[in-house]
Formats: sequence, structure tokens, C-alpha cells
Amino acid sequence: MTLKQTPLNAAHRAMGAKMVDFGGWDMPVNYGSQIEEHHQVRNDCGMFDVSHMRVVDIKGEGVRSFLRYLLANNVEKLTQPGKALYSCILLDNGGVIDDLIVYFVSEEWFRIVVNAGTADKDIAWMKLQAAKHAPQLSIVDHPELAMIAVQGPNARVKVWDALPGSKELTESLVPFKAVEMGAMFIARTGYTGEDGFEVMIPAKAAPFFWATLVEKGVKPIGLGARDTLRLEAGMNLYGQDMDETVNPLESGLAWTVDLKSERDFIGKAALLAKSPARKLVGLVLLDRGVLRGHQQVHTAQGIGEITSGSFSPTLEKSIALARVPKEVQIGDTVQVAIRDKMLAAKVVKYPFARNGKSLI
Amino acid sequence: MSNPDNLKYTASHEWVKSESDGTISVGITQHAQELLGDMVFVETPAVGRKLNAKEECAVVESVKAAADIYAPVNGAVTAVNSVLDSSPESINSDPYAAWMFKMKPDNPADVAALLDAKAYQALVDSETH
Repeated sequence: MTLKQTPLNAAHRAMGAKMVDFGGWDMPVNYGSQIEEHHQVRNDCGMFDVSHMRVVDIKGEGVRSFLRYLLANNVEKLTQPGKALYSCILLDNGGVIDDLIVYFVSEEWFRIVVNAGTADKDIAWMKLQAAKHAPQLSIVDHPELAMIAVQGPNARVKVWDALPGSKELTESLVPFKAVEMGAMFIARTGYTGEDGFEVMIPAKAAPFFWATLVEKGVKPIGLGARDTLRLEAGMNLYGQDMDETVNPLESGLAWTVDLKSERDFIGKAALLAKSPARKLVGLVLLDRGVLRGHQQVHTAQGIGEITSGSFSPTLEKSIALARVPKEVQIGDTVQVAIRDKMLAAKVVKYPFARNGKSLI
Repeated sequence: MSNPDNLKYTASHEWVKSESDGTISVGITQHAQELLGDMVFVETPAVGRKLNAKEECAVVESVKAAADIYAPVNGAVTAVNSVLDSSPESINSDPYAAWMFKMKPDNPADVAALLDAKAYQALVDSETH
């Protein structure tokens, strides 16, 4: 199978990226040392090609009321144009189809950004639901839009420097808010636990913007560091920390599910019918080694499983997210099965690190 | 970085150096460290452990992944490089100096029969193309 390429493929190769097959996309995993790239984002700033993610626009009369039913989080929280909301999209049984960010542009236009590997499935589901509940809406995805995330304490200044006119438009933009700039869409969002922007930009213009950022001294960061950054920041990764077989309440995402209001939404009945038996917690390894996905976690209350694990460059320890019996408490010591050994790990509240600092 | 001519190699990407005392040092190749990326943890075998050729005997973990290290020949472990406990990244910076363990081969001819630098490079080329 031929791998799909983003508009920045040639730029990555020219910068010495190590390319890997990432869910069918030919993507840079690192350009040199992954750990240095990680620190670069926590301490200064770096940029990521996330053009494999898909932008989906839902337009028409009644889009808000459709999304109120489609999404587990409540779009009524979006009162100001440009405001963004993180949400899961659920099956009737409460299983997670995907997680996404939805931007309120206007009452007739909401923009959604979904994961690359799930995009086609998500769009098919949205269209199926729209056919039943809001056939007047148009649902159009935009594979021709590239996306570049610039993240880190100095990220915004670098973007302002690279993109004339952007400072005036985005200086007063609060976190989780976005603004249109011509054919671009600039959002103060990200997946690293640092400040910064995610810039959606037409594919044709993306290589020039990338090259300008390089000129301004912004370092490219691969998907390897993106994963350790998001794990330290305690952000879920779809396909690892949750999928269609688990619900958001067992995935550390209860804060994104609105069960209190009268509003009905897909999956709500299933979530209300059964209280969760498991929960997501953070682990810090006390012994030497590295926690990895799918390792078994032995607790006094039963067996759990690591969903994401790696080495944390900020903590210089191994950390993980794990799904464990709900009775497990913060501060407990648990045993993780790694090869032929049982290693001790401490249950902690996550995030592990944000804004350049360890929180553990 | 090319693979030194004075070393032997395995198809599982270990390098083997014959020492003057009749032992061999074992590490992982430039190609292997490049594939794995930043090293963060090394688990070495117990000194005295008897190993069979191709037996899993050590583990290296990078940020990205864990990889098994295999015994190149039959023999017993005589030493481990404890420096790697605190500085696993030396495998990245100087893979042919960062030996992981030493062993006394049961049969020195087994070492001679391993891949030479040229044969190993041909193997790497065939895997990467």
C-alpha cells in the first residue's frame, strides 16, 4: 500500500526526518534526538506537522442542535464565536468512536478536527446521524487543509514573527479559542501541555509557512516527542487510552461528558445505566525500567492494564496511564508485570507535567 | 558511521569484539541504535549466567520501544557494563564503545563464524531497501 503524504513530506525529508508508517501516513517520528525535541517544546518552542488530522465543517441551519445530540460534551458551553470544546463522539452503547475538538464559528458553521485514523469512520457516522436527525446540514471534510502546530512557551511570538498580521488578530485570543485569518484558521490549542497555536492552512501554502517558521528558528518536532509530550500532559490518545470498547467515564474523560443537563445525546442512556467499574489513573515507575501499553497492573483490588506508557523526559522516570479497578486510590503502590519481573509503581494524579514543569 | 572491520556481527544487530583475555564484548550496532532512538534503560544478564547462541539475554529500551538482545554464541557471562545503568544514552553516542556484557565463548570458532563487517552491511542494506 502506498503511504499517504502530507504537503510537508519533502520538507521533512530535507530536514533529515526519520519517516515511519503512522496509520497509513508517511510521517516524521523524529529528526534527531526525540528527547531533545521534547525538551525543545517544553523550554522554547517547536512545530509539528499534523496535516494528517482531518478538518470537517458542518454547516446549515440547526447545526448547534445537531451537535448537542451528536457529541458527549455540550456545545451549549460554546457561547462566543471562535470558542473550542474538546469532546468524545460516542456509540449508542457509550463506546468512544473518536475524540475531537469542535470550534463554534457561527450559528450556521461549526468546525470539527478529528483524528487521522478515524476520520473516514467519523464522517460516515456524522452523515448517518445527520440523515436521520438533521438532513438539511452539509458535512464536508477538508483534506486539502494542512495543519501545523507550533507549541511551547515562545510559540505564539514565533508565529507572530512568521505570519505578518497575525499578532493583531491573535494577541488577545484566550486559550481554546480560534480566529480566521484569510484562508487560514488559527487556534490557541494543542496537544503538548504548552501554550501555542494550531494553524490550519491550505496545503499549497503550508510548505512556505513551514519554511518561514524554520527561518525564524522554530525546530521541527516529530510524532515521537508529540506522544511523550501529550502523555506528560495527561492527554488521552485515541486507540490507546480509549476506543469503541470502553466509555469515557472509564477513560478519565468524565469531565468532558455532560450528564447533568436535560439534554439527550448519543450514548447518554448507556452511560447512565451502568456506573463505571474502572478508571484511568497515572503511574510513576518506582523501579528501573519502562512502562508500556498493555502491561498488566496488579492492584489490591484486581488487575488493570497500562493504556499508554513511556519514558518521561521531564520527570526522567517512566510514566503511564492505566485503566484499573475504581477502588484503587492515589498514592497506592501497584505492581506492573514487565517481561519476567513485577516492578513497583505509584498511583498518581495526572497530568505529570505542563508548562515546562513537573507536577509530580 | 561505518561498522568497524575488527568486529564481528550477528543478524540480530549485535556487534562482537574479541578481547585479548579470550572473552568477547557484546553491544548493539550503529544501525540498531539508530532504529531504536534515544536509549533510556538497559537490562543486562547476571554474571555467571550460561547462555545459548540466539538466546534472549538482555533488553534495551528507548523512548520508543523495547528490544531484546541475543547471545551471539554459546558461553557464560563474565561481566556487565554497569555504566549503562546511569548513562544508557552512551549507546546512541558511541555504540561501538558501549559494550553491554562480556562472555567467555564455549567454542572460539563460533565467534569466527559470525558475520564480518561487509556481510553485516549487506544485511542492513537488504533490510532497509
